[in-house]
Amino acid sequence: MPRNPDIGSVLLIGAGPIVIGQACEFDYSGSQACRALKEEGVRVVLLNSNPATIMTDPQMADATYVEPIDAATAARIIKAEKVDAVLPTMGGQTALNCAMRLHADGACGRGGVRLIGADFKAIHAAEDREEFRRLMDSIGVATARGRYATSLEEALAAGRELDTYPLIVRPSFTLGGTGGGIAYNYEEFAAICASGLALSANSSLLIEESMIGWKEYELEVIRDRNDNCIVVCGIENIDPLGVHTGDSVTVAPILTLTDKEYQAMRDAAFRIIRAIGVETGGANVQFAVDPATGRQIVIEMNPRVSRSSALASKATGFPIAKVATKLALGYTLDELSNEITGGRTPASFEPALDYVVVKIPRFNFDKFPGTAPELGTQMKAVGEAMAIGRSFPEALQKALCSLETGLAGLDSKGHSSLEAVLAELRVFTPDSLLLAADALRLGATVERLHEVTGIDPWFLHEIARLIEREKELAALSLPKLGREAMLAAKRDGFSDRMLARLLRSTEKKVRTRRARLGVHASFHRVDSCAAEFPTATAYQYSTYGEACESAPTRRKSYAILGSGPNRIGQGIEFDYCCIHASLALRDHGFETIMVNCNPETVSTDYDVSDRLYFEPLTTEHVLEILRVEKPAGVIVHTGGQTPLAIAAELEEAGARIIGTPVAAIHRTEDRREFSRLLRKCGLRQPSNATASSGAEALRLAGGIGYPLVVRPSYVLGGQAMKIIYSRAELQAWLRGCDRAVLRRGVLLDRFLTQAVEVDVDAVSDGKEVVVAGVLEHVERAGVHSGDSSCALPPLSLSAAQIAELERQAVVMAREVGAVGFMNIQFAIQGDAISVLEINPRASRTVPFIAKATGWPVARIATLAMAGVSLARQGARKAAAPNGCFIKEAVFPFSRMPGADTLLGPEMKSTGEAMGIGDTHASAFLRATEAIFAIPADGAVLISVRDPDKAEALEIARRLHGCGFAIVATSGTAAYFAANDGSFPVETVRKVNERKPTVVDAIKSGKVKMVINTVTAEGGAPADSLAIRRAALHGQLLYYTTIEGARAIADGICERREGDGGRMLPIQRRHLPAA
Amino acid sequence: MQPIAATEAILALATGETFAGAAFGHPGPAAGELVFNTSMTGYQEIVTDPSYLGQVVCLTTAHVGVVGVNAADEEAGAPRARGLAVRALARVPSSWRAEGDLDAYCRAHGVCGIAEVDTRALAIRLREGGAVNCCVLHGGDRRGALRLARACPPMAGQALGRDAGVDEPAAWHEGAWDPGSNRHARRQGRGPKVAVLDCGAKRAILRCLRERGLRVEVLPLATPAAAIAKSFAALVVSNGPGDPGPLAEAASALKAALKAKLPVLGICLGHQLLAQACGARTAKMKFGHHGANHPVLDLRSGQVAITSQNHGFVVAAEKLPRDLELTHVSLFDRSVQGFRHRRLPALGFQGHPEASPGPREMEKVFDEFAALVRSHAAQS
Repeated sequence: MPRNPDIGSVLLIGAGPIVIGQACEFDYSGSQACRALKEEGVRVVLLNSNPATIMTDPQMADATYVEPIDAATAARIIKAEKVDAVLPTMGGQTALNCAMRLHADGACGRGGVRLIGADFKAIHAAEDREEFRRLMDSIGVATARGRYATSLEEALAAGRELDTYPLIVRPSFTLGGTGGGIAYNYEEFAAICASGLALSANSSLLIEESMIGWKEYELEVIRDRNDNCIVVCGIENIDPLGVHTGDSVTVAPILTLTDKEYQAMRDAAFRIIRAIGVETGGANVQFAVDPATGRQIVIEMNPRVSRSSALASKATGFPIAKVATKLALGYTLDELSNEITGGRTPASFEPALDYVVVKIPRFNFDKFPGTAPELGTQMKAVGEAMAIGRSFPEALQKALCSLETGLAGLDSKGHSSLEAVLAELRVFTPDSLLLAADALRLGATVERLHEVTGIDPWFLHEIARLIEREKELAALSLPKLGREAMLAAKRDGFSDRMLARLLRSTEKKVRTRRARLGVHASFHRVDSCAAEFPTATAYQYSTYGEACESAPTRRKSYAILGSGPNRIGQGIEFDYCCIHASLALRDHGFETIMVNCNPETVSTDYDVSDRLYFEPLTTEHVLEILRVEKPAGVIVHTGGQTPLAIAAELEEAGARIIGTPVAAIHRTEDRREFSRLLRKCGLRQPSNATASSGAEALRLAGGIGYPLVVRPSYVLGGQAMKIIYSRAELQAWLRGCDRAVLRRGVLLDRFLTQAVEVDVDAVSDGKEVVVAGVLEHVERAGVHSGDSSCALPPLSLSAAQIAELERQAVVMAREVGAVGFMNIQFAIQGDAISVLEINPRASRTVPFIAKATGWPVARIATLAMAGVSLARQGARKAAAPNGCFIKEAVFPFSRMPGADTLLGPEMKSTGEAMGIGDTHASAFLRATEAIFAIPADGAVLISVRDPDKAEALEIARRLHGCGFAIVATSGTAAYFAANDGSFPVETVRKVNERKPTVVDAIKSGKVKMVINTVTAEGGAPADSLAIRRAALHGQLLYYTTIEGARAIADGICERREGDGGRMLPIQRRHLPAA
Repeated sequence: MQPIAATEAILALATGETFAGAAFGHPGPAAGELVFNTSMTGYQEIVTDPSYLGQVVCLTTAHVGVVGVNAADEEAGAPRARGLAVRALARVPSSWRAEGDLDAYCRAHGVCGIAEVDTRALAIRLREGGAVNCCVLHGGDRRGALRLARACPPMAGQALGRDAGVDEPAAWHEGAWDPGSNRHARRQGRGPKVAVLDCGAKRAILRCLRERGLRVEVLPLATPAAAIAKSFAALVVSNGPGDPGPLAEAASALKAALKAKLPVLGICLGHQLLAQACGARTAKMKFGHHGANHPVLDLRSGQVAITSQNHGFVVAAEKLPRDLELTHVSLFDRSVQGFRHRRLPALGFQGHPEASPGPREMEKVFDEFAALVRSHAAQS
């Protein structure tokens, strides 16, 4: 069946900002969908509010709307662009929810434009847990014993009826299991039900018997309209049921099922996809299996591409999103070819793996001190790393190295008591696997460990074997390590760094010894068919002691080092830059070699580069690749901190780093060098000093003056930066510091109160420097640049100030000798401009500027690095923004119980949304709408610190004028009454006063928006935390800075006064470079 | 420090390449044709599949032995492959179904194993160089292994099917596997009686037939053709090892059955024999089909089934007799995968509709055949 000729244009809905549970895997699926649609000559209309994505690149779609993903916006686009169909299965839960709303509003489905990929009925059947269970019963597929509830009373009654703990609570229609959890007693049960009901889009919960200790499996299934079904990949969770699959360590292929069991699961998955009615496209089906009896139960099914399908695509080489898109257009599987074998085989087959894939999630609990690092049914991971090896141990150890948490493999957590380790293992945490290894080191039997953890004994036996090998290695010394033993250790995935530790040597010496023994990595291809057919696709992974298939070409090539697993501070923006580096170099006729280990990304799509190495971004692994590939140059500037951290070692080992030299980067990072550099340029920086003892810090702080920012000079694991307002506070901070940390140095910087922060991005070819954009932050200094919203063009800067910032940027770029990217952070206090940081590498703001202006910053910078001058590129002038563009940050606080929502110098956001408008106010409103529901009326709660009261009054007055009621805590209310009696203010009691308090006012549902600023001096008052947690819990729009509050008030009032503003695709906004 | 292998083992190809690895199972030597299988599950079904009689099987999946071995997963009374080459052998099995480990199982049943070999290199070697004989043995005797590999007779022309089946007729009562009891259901009842001419039949075939209400009797290959046509309602010619060419007795049984207008089903080797009996030709493939992920297009419905495959010979697509309607082709190489006789109640399927290991969607071949048998029985 060829493609449906009635579909001439398609609205593709993206997933919006990166949040926990919905990360750049949907950029991967979305960009594949864009390409697949374009290949078929379909006009692509795209809706996605996330500017850091590849899919929102102007050339990916015909009309790209960087707008909030809601039904009203989608309906407007459908009308304006006259699309024939909507494809909602590529943008995660966000896109599905949007499609469901469109259907409910009548804009989609019957009477409106058609849905392709999955229809309303299928989405509903899969997502509505009661409907799902009914369908499963009808086809004889077992589900867990459970009850539904749509109110707290019903939920509690269901709990009594099931009469067993633990109980699992799953709210319907939430992403990544938000609001769900495992309850071990009645109190926990009631609390989880209450929060789950609040978060569920249709206020319904599923309460189920727990199957703790059961094994969990997933199948990635595809169906076409001719009813052909295939399993692309089976995935097995190492952690037993109870840990969200996004938080689980997972393995592909499935290893611990017999064929009969696997086929029963496969048959069930097909019955399910048919019963749910997914006519075309991909779905993910999750199963639980009782390890004692083999009893299988289906847990859930997602009728769309998912995080797991991205993982499955990377694990097998089968591009699920691309194929699913073509199936949605009407093709059948046998009409599509398997591209990885160069079309030798059709897409209607099931990939065969001859390797093992291990995925390990990456967490950021360190950023949320109030939150216990416990794993459950609600996803907490911010990213993931994947590794491929020829055996499970090899893949496991490579995956651990890929995490970039400093691990060299199965590092010990340093416990000495087995009982203590086993006690800790009773709760699943990010360290569970390491603790399991420790337990084995301390003599635990596999049987005992299995009992405690529920991890399948086979995995534990394999880990136990590694521990054995570890002991054998530790009994040797490096000079005594022969070729056989070295090879055996490498085949088990022991990193050079781990070997160095075991053999009491250094990584470099191990590397030298290994080279002398002639033990080097060989590379295998991921070909989807276990070598049955030849492949021309150079998607590769390393192993040891086997035939090498890398077959490098003789073309001039560049290696691009990727950014590794996503984490807070290093996300999709850097992947965006890596991809653009590759595409730019390919367009210019060079071959590109991508190295990365993040399965969610577009950069690990084998289509993006000529050669893809799915490998850890460590010195060892990269050097082995360079040894085989011998590229003309290596790019370390696009992948964030990850490649920069190993750049010096690579260079020392002979790699040729192109672009801004490593030494120049060092000059901008070393404090003393940096100060010298700025002095030489005649530029200012906040007064600062470095102390190496507590006493010295106190003495130097006196000279600098308070407030100041402190941070340890070697920040490991995101140790906190802090703003210190007094000597007493500094003393307290120093007391909390490790002495070793102090000895390595503490950096003290004068904090510029009330300063305006500005990001400037520039590109340079070594001679000419062009400023690509000047971004003004909405929040004042003190909020991390990644967390503040920012504006292009600047909000308040004068033309003279902008010109001066640009001048300074050019001076610094020249002095540093930057070739390629350059980002500078400034603070402006009064009239004085200070330089905070220079980053001669790709920055977080690069994609935002490119989307706003259409000027391809990353492409231009990369070509400059490869020696193509700006003049030759025709890039001597940047393009100006046509309209106003706001970047707003998105935070994961709702996933982090107990965490405070206050912003500070340490970054906490996971993603960003862009708002576009003809004014800053309307752009800010659109950016905010991409994240929060904007209330049209109701009450605004205001509770602000003294310095913000005057401004808060102005905001309150205006919001009242727009129809909002004003509620304030006593101090704020009193100020309002004393200074302006023109509007009524309801006073609410403080948290520690008699009920009803401010928190009750929020919980009552009357309050729709919260403005809460606190004085940072001496730390935030504890009672205000309750306000912020309540706002978060109620999913209310909230602001913790007065600048943010002002911006949203401006936006709301402007919309009230005028129309909603024009909505244009970015292609129509972009101006030619001036 | 342990080397890769506690005990060394050698795998030598007749063409001269040798691979060192770790020994498991029986010490060997085991010489035979080297074949690879890309299935990721069901190693025990593969090792016990009589079609692999006398062969050395290279499993490309990374870990083998994880779920151990158990009696219910045997496709014959014991392993039939002579040798087994794997990348990583699991020494401690983990499955509620495991009754033993693969190492001991191979040792007890004479299967010479080699682990820690580059199975991917072997698969590439077979893909590029075509089928090759080999020898696996424990210990370090490379030259001995090479000599034995070279002395091994070629597959073509060998009537291996004669050695793979039963010697005495036997009734079969087992049906499908039941996950609850972990047993194969025992089926009684009085359906039409089907003769299975055993060239090395997998038990799953017998189970699939029994499950569809057919009474099953397994017959030795040497059973006189006339006896079959007289006492049975239908004939199934099973899978089996090697070349269909020399198996004249099967050919005459098939001809007799066709002549008697008995419903006939040929599976794998049986499919090739049936094709020959209808006038088609067979040929040796370069390296055959061995996996559980092969797409087969049903030309009548346009649907694609993912099938289990294990064959080194194939029915030639050119000059397919006019009497045979091509019903299935491989989407990997367009080779003949199934046919139906235009005038007679006869079906052939090249892959393994009984799966085990592999996807079960081609079980509908048995449905089609059972319907044929029933309607034929009703008529006569």
